[in-house]
Amino acid sequence: MSSTRDEKAARIRHFLATEGDAVAEGTRGFNAGRYESVARLDDYEELKDSARAIKKDAIDRLPELVDQLRESVEANGGTLYVAADAADANRYVREVVEGEDAETVVKSKSMTTEELEVNDELQSAGVDVVETDLGEWVLQLADEAPSHIVAPAIHKSREGIADLFEATFDLDEPLETAVELTMFAREKLGERIADADVGMTGANFIAADSGTLMLVTSEGNARKSVVVPDTHVAVAGVEKIVPSVSDFQPFVELIGRSGTGQDITSYISLFTPPVDSPTVEFDAPDVPMTDGDVDREFHLVLVDNGRMAMREDDQLKETLYCIRCSACANSCGNFQSVGGHAFGGETYSGGIATGWEAGIEGLDVAAEFNDLCTGCSRCVNACPVKIDIPWINTVVRDRINRGEGGKLDFLVEGLIPDEEPGGLDLGKRFFGNFSTVAKLGSATAPVSNWVAKTRPARRLMAETVGVDPRRDLPSFERETFRVWFEKRGGSQVPPAKARREAVVYPDLYTNHVQVERGKAAVQTLEALGVHVVVPDVPSSGRAPLSQGMISTAERHAHDVYSALAEHLDADRDVVVVEPSDLAMFRWEYEKFLAPKSFERLDMQSYEVMEYVYGLLHAGAEPTLLSTPDEGDSGVAYHSHCQQRTLGLESHTVAVLEDLGYDVVTSETECCGMAGSFGYKSEYYELSMDVGEPIREQFEAADAADRTVVASGTSCLEQLDALLSRPTRHTIELVAPR
Amino acid sequence: MSSGTVSAFERSLGRLDVGVARTSADALDDALGSATLDPVVGAPLPFENCSLPDWIPTDPTPADLKRAKTGVTAAELAIADYGSVVIRATPDPTEQVSLFCDRHVAVVRAEDVVPGMSEAFERLAEWTAAGDSAIIATGPSATADMGALVKGAHGPKEVWVVVVE
Ligand code: SF4
Repeated sequence: MSSTRDEKAARIRHFLATEGDAVAEGTRGFNAGRYESVARLDDYEELKDSARAIKKDAIDRLPELVDQLRESVEANGGTLYVAADAADANRYVREVVEGEDAETVVKSKSMTTEELEVNDELQSAGVDVVETDLGEWVLQLADEAPSHIVAPAIHKSREGIADLFEATFDLDEPLETAVELTMFAREKLGERIADADVGMTGANFIAADSGTLMLVTSEGNARKSVVVPDTHVAVAGVEKIVPSVSDFQPFVELIGRSGTGQDITSYISLFTPPVDSPTVEFDAPDVPMTDGDVDREFHLVLVDNGRMAMREDDQLKETLYCIRCSACANSCGNFQSVGGHAFGGETYSGGIATGWEAGIEGLDVAAEFNDLCTGCSRCVNACPVKIDIPWINTVVRDRINRGEGGKLDFLVEGLIPDEEPGGLDLGKRFFGNFSTVAKLGSATAPVSNWVAKTRPARRLMAETVGVDPRRDLPSFERETFRVWFEKRGGSQVPPAKARREAVVYPDLYTNHVQVERGKAAVQTLEALGVHVVVPDVPSSGRAPLSQGMISTAERHAHDVYSALAEHLDADRDVVVVEPSDLAMFRWEYEKFLAPKSFERLDMQSYEVMEYVYGLLHAGAEPTLLSTPDEGDSGVAYHSHCQQRTLGLESHTVAVLEDLGYDVVTSETECCGMAGSFGYKSEYYELSMDVGEPIREQFEAADAADRTVVASGTSCLEQLDALLSRPTRHTIELVAPR
Repeated sequence: MSSGTVSAFERSLGRLDVGVARTSADALDDALGSATLDPVVGAPLPFENCSLPDWIPTDPTPADLKRAKTGVTAAELAIADYGSVVIRATPDPTEQVSLFCDRHVAVVRAEDVVPGMSEAFERLAEWTAAGDSAIIATGPSATADMGALVKGAHGPKEVWVVVVE
């Protein structure tokens, strides 16, 4: 391992060991809650569509909305300031606080002020700044950074917090339970709020037409920070503006559900500052609150800090739609294992953090954790504004590839030509050009397999491209799937007698490694009356795409389409065994192909079990396929991340059940392998940790005797590593024997 | 508002562990008697046909606020689907009374209970356009930051709702 790989691996191991358990419990709970809560909405998809439409429109019209908001805030008697960057925002806030002669500022949780590091600025001006969100306060006492967007102290256990309080305060007796800890914090923070001269908050949304801020909280600290002192400073990214208060509605219904699985958080505040409520003068305890002069002051600081430039960037622009709900982090297998301290930048963490950090801090900060996105796509359906988060991560990866200098190995360069920059990291180049590796592997098998398994070869692979020596390598077949198909004389169902005609797409793995599943696909389709062809079609481009090699992936897309066009013209269906390739056809190719071409391929391509499902439902005879033996103990089935995101898991389950199998499905978001990710030495332990829940589930008493089947190549590799019993692709289970 | 909507509201409150009583304007005094713990503070109700009984002081000082176990305020709007009460901020200390005491008792008129969030926002948009502020409060204050769900992080630990028909 190179030293940077070593360091990265050590860092990840550290977070797995110290914070992994607490983060896993919290995020998996939130994520499960999200599924339950959104299922209670009749109009979930419509709400997401309207939320997205509102953000899109607002970001398109942002300059105009800023002007409108300024008028509204000023008409209400407040002040609006647009800060160009962090220094500008901090200076403004400090001047307001100094102008009030404030000694204490109480703050409600705000990611934007974390981004600016306002606390440092105020503290260096001699102002006492107190975080009033309980999680933030714990971090302030511990001098740590947040590890999650909505639950900043998710990585801390109850015992850890109890120790922290014990060490910080002069306690009469130790605090143990969550109730004791919370009530202690309430008491302490209540005193600080009573003393405060200025209250600072963020804002989840701001309405341009009325100057109303929407704040989403559960604890009530934002309410107290706003109503007790007479000065309120709100700091928010400029992207938080929406046209009107009515536009808040879909977000009120989505934000809690998406983040923590609550139908709604305890308090949704709609403040139109300065608010009418009287201030609370605890140092004049016997004067009725209504007797004081209510002379409230309000400042809204809108922060640009790179956002207006993101708006001009076609690829990063969608990041500005983000409502910071944290669903992408909670639904992410890697985040669940390792948490935001490994998965974050200076401020933001989780799936969308790459986009935010690339826009706000720069590519170097985003690069530190960009690799942790495996492109599994489980966050895509979770995101309430439908941001294609994996795509943003891919774009940033591509920019990192292009921006970085590095050593150039002309041997590899000469062997594997592509459009990517010469400085590209060798590991990325190796995995990104796996099609060439696979072709060479098959051509020289079994020698290549034997060589690859020797110690010197493994050491060389570890050193040059970072393949972890603990991983089994794919074993290349000498006779590829296409050669097998040609040797047997093509399809055994003549076109004239066929119910349909289909191309079985010879993806890289099916063609060179998992040849058996290709044979099983052909035999299954033929049994159901399909004339099959297996033409020479290039690899989909998934491998280079996942390394951020976008132009190479794009070239593959055009080549694949050219090779398939005549078959689409001949009205053949395209049947895909590997779900990550199908996901390319149905998702990423939209960015690469002409719209009509994309649409044709999208409409005519199917996942293999989805296709079998369709054939059976169109009247094909299920008894021609393999059914369970007497006393069969059933199937434990793991779908594939992208297959699930496309909504295709249920087809496999339905086919298996129709054939008489008893099926349990995996509950985890991701098996953790996600293609090349799990092979890389720096991520090996993380990958295995992500796979732990599926191992536990499939080894539990009610699943331990079941046949394990899975849909994707990398899932099968990972299950082989995790379990001590054999695994196979679903199509091999149902193919006629 | 239809009685179906009020029943749906009651069911949502039940899920949130929020106590609820239905009463008439005449019987409000008794209903509040059972819903409150002493000492009590309140904020005047902005309703035509009912007001708080005399035994609830409605012009509290900070010391009263600190001492009180129960705060009684109006909720001028409620949302059946979510079991939410909407508290409008007024120059009276409505917001403080609803926030500082361990128990908040919200008085809601049956006709102000709307089925869902979109109906609620029709009214909220009017209020905010007029420069007002409002809180959509759903159940008690809560936090999970200390390792388990705890009620009453900064705001009330318990919420009661009295629906006036
Ligand atoms: S990207 Fe989407 S899912 Fe992630 S925090 Fe933003 S809005 Fe939520």
